[in-house]
Amino acid sequence: MEFWGLVYLYYILYVFSVQLIMLQIRTPKTGRAKREVEKRAPKIVETGKKTLILHGTKTSQVLNTVLTEIYHLKKDNAVKYTRRNDNIRPFESGGETSMEFYSLKTDCSLIVFGSHSKKRPDNLVIARTYDHHIYDLVEVGIENFKSMVSFSYDKKLAPQIGSKPFFAFIGEGFENLEELKHLKEVLLDLFRGEVVTNLNLAGLDRVYVCTAVSSNRVFFTHCGLRLKKSGSVVPRMELVEVGPSMDLVVRRHRLPEDGLKKEAMKIAPELTKKKEKNVSKDPIEGKIGKIYMPDQQVGIVPLPNKAKGVKRERREAKMKGDTKKHEVKKQKLEA
Amino acid sequence: MGEVEEEQKQHYQIDLGNLFAFNPHHNFPSVPPSREELVKECLEQGTKLVQAVADALFSLPSVEDRDGPLVKLPAPTIRLPREKPLPKPRPPTKWEVFAKKKGIQNHKKDKLVFDEQTGTWKRRHGFDRVNDDKDIPIIEAKMTDEPGVDPFAKRRSEKKQRVEKQERHRLHNLKEAAKVGALPSHVQLAATAIPITGTQAAPRKVSKEELQNVAGMAATATASGGKFDKKLPGEKPQKHEKKYRKFLPVVEGSGMGSLERQQTDKVLSKLMSKNSHEILNVEKAVNMYNVKREKKRRNQPGKSSSTSSKLKPKNPHNKTSKKGSSFKGKSKKGSSFKGKSK
Repeated sequence: MEFWGLVYLYYILYVFSVQLIMLQIRTPKTGRAKREVEKRAPKIVETGKKTLILHGTKTSQVLNTVLTEIYHLKKDNAVKYTRRNDNIRPFESGGETSMEFYSLKTDCSLIVFGSHSKKRPDNLVIARTYDHHIYDLVEVGIENFKSMVSFSYDKKLAPQIGSKPFFAFIGEGFENLEELKHLKEVLLDLFRGEVVTNLNLAGLDRVYVCTAVSSNRVFFTHCGLRLKKSGSVVPRMELVEVGPSMDLVVRRHRLPEDGLKKEAMKIAPELTKKKEKNVSKDPIEGKIGKIYMPDQQVGIVPLPNKAKGVKRERREAKMKGDTKKHEVKKQKLEA
Repeated sequence: MGEVEEEQKQHYQIDLGNLFAFNPHHNFPSVPPSREELVKECLEQGTKLVQAVADALFSLPSVEDRDGPLVKLPAPTIRLPREKPLPKPRPPTKWEVFAKKKGIQNHKKDKLVFDEQTGTWKRRHGFDRVNDDKDIPIIEAKMTDEPGVDPFAKRRSEKKQRVEKQERHRLHNLKEAAKVGALPSHVQLAATAIPITGTQAAPRKVSKEELQNVAGMAATATASGGKFDKKLPGEKPQKHEKKYRKFLPVVEGSGMGSLERQQTDKVLSKLMSKNSHEILNVEKAVNMYNVKREKKRRNQPGKSSSTSSKLKPKNPHNKTSKKGSSFKGKSKKGSSFKGKSK
């Protein structure tokens, strides 16, 4: 563009954009809205994470069933979107924006994304978000899937929705191999539910069993628990296969960045218990404390000599310890 | 058998807080032949692990609840990442800083306060409250009072000032918190743009079409009207919707007035209006004169009444005195005692 044309262009844009930016404070006007906003605010101790279930461009029958069953397992705190999402590509740099947007809108920090293609059949991507940005990803393929419907068992054993599950991980692969370690963490996070302090022992009825069959294959199954009477207080556990069982084949994974991981693993400083120093408990005497006294050197402490304010002869005489009483200047006496 | 003993000696990693058990020492020496055997093996191992967790769980001290035994779980040992960043502690507010310095303790106030005047318990805030401004019938005059100052209005304005000051402090506290990033969770700061022209005009959002036309507008600055300017990819050529010039039809058909006459009339009136400071708009002048005359007539009978003039503040300007009286007349609170009637 010509120079003056450019100048004029800038002038017009300036006129459009010069306005005072004032910060306006928006507070929710109803109590209900305020409660909802506070639910989504960051907390010192976090409550359970919500899961979002998404479909990709193409999903197979198997994958549809898998996604529905995961939704049923996590009915209380999961959101399932049924439409196809063509623009989600989790492992590409630009393809995560849609996932992050949904995570922000639904306040979900776990995303389960299923897609089917020729190259990656029955593909499931489990993503975790931190501050509504992608934290890490695991991609698994599903094989040998058996749905909940195909299992027959006693109705009484069916686990309740929302009960706290047991986790059983078997295999040295979960310790040695990085991908399986990551998968273990993600599966724990996904199915854990809320962290509780008080647990009702009567309500324990489900187990997730994951076995590392080979270096990239994990056998995952969901079982109900039957507590049988045994001799002691502890009942005998019996596992009955209840829910979906599938083989997870680890395909790709992305670990979180170091800085982000460090920030996400932070604990509030108020929560770390500080050990009280020099306090100990004795069974006989009770609570004992130690007090450290500094070394009081009684003999070396100099007495107040007050030699400073006096002329030299008198000072020397004083230092010698002269007993002769001679007229001394009136000096201030210390109280 | 030897293998089983070996496994029993090795410990499982148990995380009670998560009800999690991990057996790191198991491996499949060979792929089991059938799926059922694999499943069976996995369930067996799973049972062992769950049993180990249950052992630890049931040995915890339990409290009997009506639904079943309640157990206090320890904190989970496996640390999982947070989903949202840690909330930052908010900086102390202006009052909190002052109170700490002075050692002022915050005492909770009762909802009901005993009212001396009526001898009943009244609420502190809200309808029919203690120490309400409107309940004060008489304010005694002090030596320090200026004559001509309405004490009731003064009280009201002081209260308004206090309220404004409090609001300013509240906003200041919120801004300080926002600087650190520790806004209370229900408050959101939204950036809104207000125009720098004095009026509270609604900010006009620039539309898509306007932005597209900006380049076209800027192009008019060039001598050739932007015809030879380099265009960016995607930039559309400028639209000039209207004709460049309007020409009158050569032959006038029936039904149309003399367009040429209209055109010349238009030009003439434009020229005349530019020099219109010498030309008088007669209608407007007449209206203004009539209005002035009526105002004068209203004034003269008003000045003869003595009561209103005594109570009105003495002001040389007629206009301001009128304004003052109308303002006071509008006040609703305790107007019966004020002696001003309107």
